[in-house]
Amino acid sequence: MTTTTQNVPGKTMAKSKTGIIKYLDEYSLILIFLALFALLSFSVEYFFSLDNMIGLALSVSQIGMVACTMMFCLASRDFDLSIGSTVAFAGVLCAMVINQTGSIVTGVAVSLLAGAAIGFINGVVIAKLRVNALITTLATMEMVRGMAFIASGGQAVGVSNTAFFTIGNTMILGIPSPVWITIVCFVVFGIMLNKTVYGRNTLAVGGNPSASRLAGVSVERTRIYIFLIQGAIAALAGIILASRITSGQPNSAQGFELNVISACVLGGVSLMGGRATISGVIVGVLIMGTVQNAMNLLNIDAFYQYLVRGGILLTAVLIDQLKQREEND
Amino acid sequence: MMSNMPSGGAGRRRSRSTSVSYLEFKQIGKVFPGVRALSDISFQVDSGRVHGLLGENGAGKSTLMKILGGEYRPEEGELIIDGQVRSFGRSREAIDAGIAIIHQELQYVPDLSVMENLLLGHLPSRFGFVSKRAALKQVGAQLQQLGVDIAPDALLKDLSIGQRQMVEICKAIFRDARIIALDEPTSSLSHQESEILFRLVRELKAKGKVLIYISHRLEEVFALCDSATVFRDGCKVADYPRLADITREELVTRMVGREIKDVFGYQPRTQGETRLEVEGMSGRKLSEAASFSVRGGEIVGFFGLVGAGRSELMQLVYGADRRDAGEVRIDGRPLKGRGIRDSIESGLVFCPEDRKENGIIGCLSVSENINISCRRHYRQGYFFVNDSSEARTAEGYIKLLRIKTPGRQQKIRYLSGGNQQKVILSRWLAEQDLRVLIIDEPTRGIDVGAKNEIYSVLFEMAAKGVAIVMVSSELPEVLGVSDRVVVMCQGRITGELRRGEANEQNVLSLALPAGKTADRAAA
Repeated sequence: MTTTTQNVPGKTMAKSKTGIIKYLDEYSLILIFLALFALLSFSVEYFFSLDNMIGLALSVSQIGMVACTMMFCLASRDFDLSIGSTVAFAGVLCAMVINQTGSIVTGVAVSLLAGAAIGFINGVVIAKLRVNALITTLATMEMVRGMAFIASGGQAVGVSNTAFFTIGNTMILGIPSPVWITIVCFVVFGIMLNKTVYGRNTLAVGGNPSASRLAGVSVERTRIYIFLIQGAIAALAGIILASRITSGQPNSAQGFELNVISACVLGGVSLMGGRATISGVIVGVLIMGTVQNAMNLLNIDAFYQYLVRGGILLTAVLIDQLKQREEND
Repeated sequence: MMSNMPSGGAGRRRSRSTSVSYLEFKQIGKVFPGVRALSDISFQVDSGRVHGLLGENGAGKSTLMKILGGEYRPEEGELIIDGQVRSFGRSREAIDAGIAIIHQELQYVPDLSVMENLLLGHLPSRFGFVSKRAALKQVGAQLQQLGVDIAPDALLKDLSIGQRQMVEICKAIFRDARIIALDEPTSSLSHQESEILFRLVRELKAKGKVLIYISHRLEEVFALCDSATVFRDGCKVADYPRLADITREELVTRMVGREIKDVFGYQPRTQGETRLEVEGMSGRKLSEAASFSVRGGEIVGFFGLVGAGRSELMQLVYGADRRDAGEVRIDGRPLKGRGIRDSIESGLVFCPEDRKENGIIGCLSVSENINISCRRHYRQGYFFVNDSSEARTAEGYIKLLRIKTPGRQQKIRYLSGGNQQKVILSRWLAEQDLRVLIIDEPTRGIDVGAKNEIYSVLFEMAAKGVAIVMVSSELPEVLGVSDRVVVMCQGRITGELRRGEANEQNVLSLALPAGKTADRAAA
């Protein structure tokens, strides 16, 4: 017995103990990002300037916020396609409520609640009624987008109360407010993932739902919370977007969900659940933003940008697959 | 293929006169990595005979059938069919040689009709088009001739399991198979369906086919089979060329008759008050409401054949499945609710049978796997986990149960089965108020040395007053570890025996389905 049982951990120990290689492997993503960043800094004019850096951060701020909650969603083996629609709907709703009541606080609160409600419905249908997450959120994606169009009559809803624009357009210490909010999200959700029972349960549920259930984890409740929080944060992103563009636009944030999922997957979040790190997600978001930014600076045709983005995503997933295979052997 | 199909009459006469059997297994041996599944299996079956294969779960019957069916290739010995040594690399070759194996898990296409399933691969066609009407007519006539009352155009998914089994047997007949093996054919059949099956078996026998019949139901074996071979632990222990000569008792003794050495380290313990009481538990998979109780410090073994409903009962008790009725009390108090959380909070915990699917969370660390449930005792401010307490708990149990791992951060999937089981036991030992442990197949897939370590953990827990329910399919384990044995059969509790009065014979005879088939044997 002793020989056989010692064998298994011993073998893997030997494998994982190859010093520098392992170190490189673990931080490969960050290294790739740094290399990319350095390369672009030297080769692309205006890339490494304060203004451009702030612009870059601002451009990924909405993706960054929602990527935090999408990380939880993917880590629990789920999926959410409805967030793009939620962003648009929350923006429209916020603008309309502010115009009606004149109160910014009411508008923001109603939007956040509506986002949470959409997430809650997603969560209940997926966790309690056991409908496939892809189908459920595909359906709510359509429905919520429809609600945004119906509510606004298909037109952008301008906000008359200009105080609302300060939410997304204030500079604090030289950095725009949406970037600050995104940083706060990274910190809060990073702590949630690593230090709270909720975060640990999320990874356990994604790793093996039935074992988690038998170990006493409330799998259904955890999944519902994940979607609920996701909906609320998507609404927050929608409010900030509306504030930045001074109106609620029902056709905004199309394809947003795919950008968010791409960023997470680039950041090493496993679609099979159970594996996610906040540092990975931050790097994933930054890679997305950096590539986009550099392509804009280089004046690359928008049509070709699609190709580049898709190619990067596919490459990242393939590298990840190879790493996984190695680990499983 | 043609050479294997002489006319039935000629084949029979020749084998009778020269006493060469149609099918012969000669010193067959099969080794899987680390496990010997079969060794030195030899027996013969004549044409026009039904040969029974008997033995406990895992005795090697199914492995031998897989060798016959071309799924496995034996390392040792020869398979001789009609005087020729045969070796099948694929199941297709075995089918072409006239062998049909009807497994417990049937193989059919649910969305196709009976006719299409029967003629799959041989559909009659004209100019490349299937002539459906002709095929239906042909199949209908053949089914009628066999006395099987199934519409040829019915879809397989709309048939009962018994009817599907019938279709599977008809497939073998249509293919004109010479050797037909049936693995537990009646386990899901109704009484009438079984009768039709028996008639078909007898007709096939009269046609000079070679039949192999595997069943736990001794009555059926006595009623149908001419000869039998008894398996135990991959070896042949007895061969009965004439089954009529022996009694049921003798057969049962042969099936299990192995000495139980006290390798389990059992020592008598003092038992306390009744800790766990289960009353009137009923659910989908149970045929009768189940009630039992366990005292503190007592280990109760639940034995039964596969599908007896033991695991299902325990899932109901734990709250993992929805109960139709029934109550669970711990130390006289009913559980607060019906969910898993309520059970755990009352000190009732459960280690599932399938460790990989339902026990471990493979991609997480040993520490995470230990702390997943008990961390609620030392979280801070409701939400936050207490890293240092969790590390202390993990390190403590790694040392206490001698879990072999490079560290608590190692992913659990890299550990051996025995060490994974110890991690899951640690998970529950770490519960502050553990009162009842239900453990399903505690040592499945675990090597011998680690088994004893698991037993000693169970004994230590019992000595501390925990009530333990151990579900197991291994009879020696049940007899060697338990203070009391509860036996289940076909979804109900059939008996209860104390240590000392429980032995292999009486436990197994409670576990074997009886009664229902007895009248048939008499007929």
